[in-house]
Amino acid sequence: MLKTAATTLYEGAFNLLEAPMRALQRLIGVKRLAWVFLLPNLIVFGLFTFLPIGLNVVYATTGGDRILLADRPAVGVENFAVLLDCASYLDPNSCRRDLFWRAVHNTALFVVLQVGLMVLLSLVAALVLNRKIPGRGFFRSVFFYPVLLSPVVVALVWKWILQREGLLNASLEWGGWPGVNWLLDPSWAFFWVVFISIWAHMGFYVLILLAGLQAIPADVYEAAEMDGTPRWRQLLRITLPLLTPTLLVVLVLSLIRAVQAFDEIYVLTGGGPGTSTTFLIQFIYDMGFASRPRQLGLAAAASLMMAGVLFVLTMAQLAASRGRGEEG
Amino acid sequence: MGFLLGRRGRDGFDLSDYLSFGFLGLGVFLMLGPVLWLALSSLKTEAALQEYPPQLLPLAPRHVLVAGHDAPLPLYLITAGEYAGRELAQVRRIGLNAQMVDPANPAERLNVRITDREPLREVAVATENYTGLFTRFNFLLYFWNSTFITITATILTVLCNSMAAFALAKYRFRGRTSVFILIIATLMIPPTITLVPLFLVVSQLGLINSHWGVIWPAIATPTGVFLLRQYMLTIPDDLLDAARMDHASEWRVYWKIVLPLSAPALAVLVIFSVMWRWNDFLWPLIVLNRSETFTLQLALNSFQGELQTSWSSLLAMTMLTLLPITVVFAFLQKYITQGIAQSGVK
Repeated sequence: MLKTAATTLYEGAFNLLEAPMRALQRLIGVKRLAWVFLLPNLIVFGLFTFLPIGLNVVYATTGGDRILLADRPAVGVENFAVLLDCASYLDPNSCRRDLFWRAVHNTALFVVLQVGLMVLLSLVAALVLNRKIPGRGFFRSVFFYPVLLSPVVVALVWKWILQREGLLNASLEWGGWPGVNWLLDPSWAFFWVVFISIWAHMGFYVLILLAGLQAIPADVYEAAEMDGTPRWRQLLRITLPLLTPTLLVVLVLSLIRAVQAFDEIYVLTGGGPGTSTTFLIQFIYDMGFASRPRQLGLAAAASLMMAGVLFVLTMAQLAASRGRGEEG
Repeated sequence: MGFLLGRRGRDGFDLSDYLSFGFLGLGVFLMLGPVLWLALSSLKTEAALQEYPPQLLPLAPRHVLVAGHDAPLPLYLITAGEYAGRELAQVRRIGLNAQMVDPANPAERLNVRITDREPLREVAVATENYTGLFTRFNFLLYFWNSTFITITATILTVLCNSMAAFALAKYRFRGRTSVFILIIATLMIPPTITLVPLFLVVSQLGLINSHWGVIWPAIATPTGVFLLRQYMLTIPDDLLDAARMDHASEWRVYWKIVLPLSAPALAVLVIFSVMWRWNDFLWPLIVLNRSETFTLQLALNSFQGELQTSWSSLLAMTMLTLLPITVVFAFLQKYITQGIAQSGVK
């Protein structure tokens, strides 16, 4: 039933466009028809990707709270100047836009902790999952499962555990420790934001590392085994060096993602308590969309600065994946 | 660090195996535990959810119908005193004492101190958490919104990207390389960077609070074009030329030969697209402001932000939101993991 319906649809769509496309082909020739195939994609790209990239610069150099470009007075680099106006970049309190610098500091700390711990844990998990152990397929799926969950679901799953009268506090009190208001304490909230984002994304990197591990030829290990090389030496001298290109890709990919952390955190803590878990994307979102009056210029300027950081990281990724060879 | 070193199984269990399984056991506990806890909790009544410390299973007090009483009475196990060990039903509580009755002998009233008894419970699944979503909340509306966006965007993504990939893989024309590089370059521009100007474009097109405002910007994925082009390059040109000899139009070549042959790559893109759109949060949050246009993710978010959050409904709604993706994963996990490992995207 479903299959015939699908086939009918597929045929119908074909017949619908066959005549006009054939006429078009006769009219403009096969070579130019390629552009017709490209057109839908290019229009969407142009309208929703390239145009916004250009407009971002316009927004960043204009002020006011209006959305329409005609209503926005040009202010030159003022938006950037305002964001960068700081007595000391290490102390957000000395900055004109202290929230921006708090977000920068939080994001930087988050990126270092989250990426560092996640790459390390993913590596350990990938090495363990690469062993010939019973139930390997099951374990791999389990580690990967949270990757598929939506950020809102991830946040709610953990909010339910971390709330004051939640499972974690109940377990702690059962063991004799005092409970904690996890998400209302700035340091603990930050800890959980890092923990949960590792929990939610680790499986993806485990998967990539596993693919990298499986690409290492088995005979290298056999040769080492024959020479009586101890296991730890095999890890240090064979596995890690041969895995380095994959590790680099994982490192850069996770860096790019961590700089843009937003979804789960926004639902889990809303950036709080206070500003302790407010990151860059949330700053942009708050400035541009959540606050009244909208400060679109500041939001655009902040996102351009972030784009600069991401551009450098992406260049590093390209260099790293070129090193990986097979995928180019 | 011994457990990282072993690569191939050896005879017997050694320290590294124990450490491996310890690590994996902890991993399973941490990765699955929270979701299982959510699933169990979503079956509890609001009263059971309020309980602290929480019970593992969804339990509710057991009630029994006693002759001479209209409503069922709660059952208690007497732990101390004269009637220790008996199961009695409580008629009413008077101060520190409870007036109780033996269901087998309803005429006799027994006095028990309330510290000497504990409630008897039974497993009771609160299906009303789920059914309530359909009657008291607009769950079906949100579900439909999410489904509509996911399916429409996926169909358009596959169409749009495969046409572009076909042009880039199977035609030689001036500007081919530049177009390809241009498309791939947008991989470097994460959508989070262009939020502000994209909002202008979408609002000028009149698509704020419209599902099309979520769908259109999402469909021209550089990932999809790249994935499909690489795959189509492996389809031999001779095959297409043979069809052209039979006077097949280019459209027919694309629709009847290239598309069916690209099915494995298309499947990967479909899975990705479904995951992306179903789980999308930030862009819908910006575009969709009216609650009747909310996707499931937005509804969940706004629902959990309300002060008087009813956890029983929220938990059930969360379960129903994660269920479709979980089912898809259960059936297609091999393709999903392979697709991700090969393309390096998520």
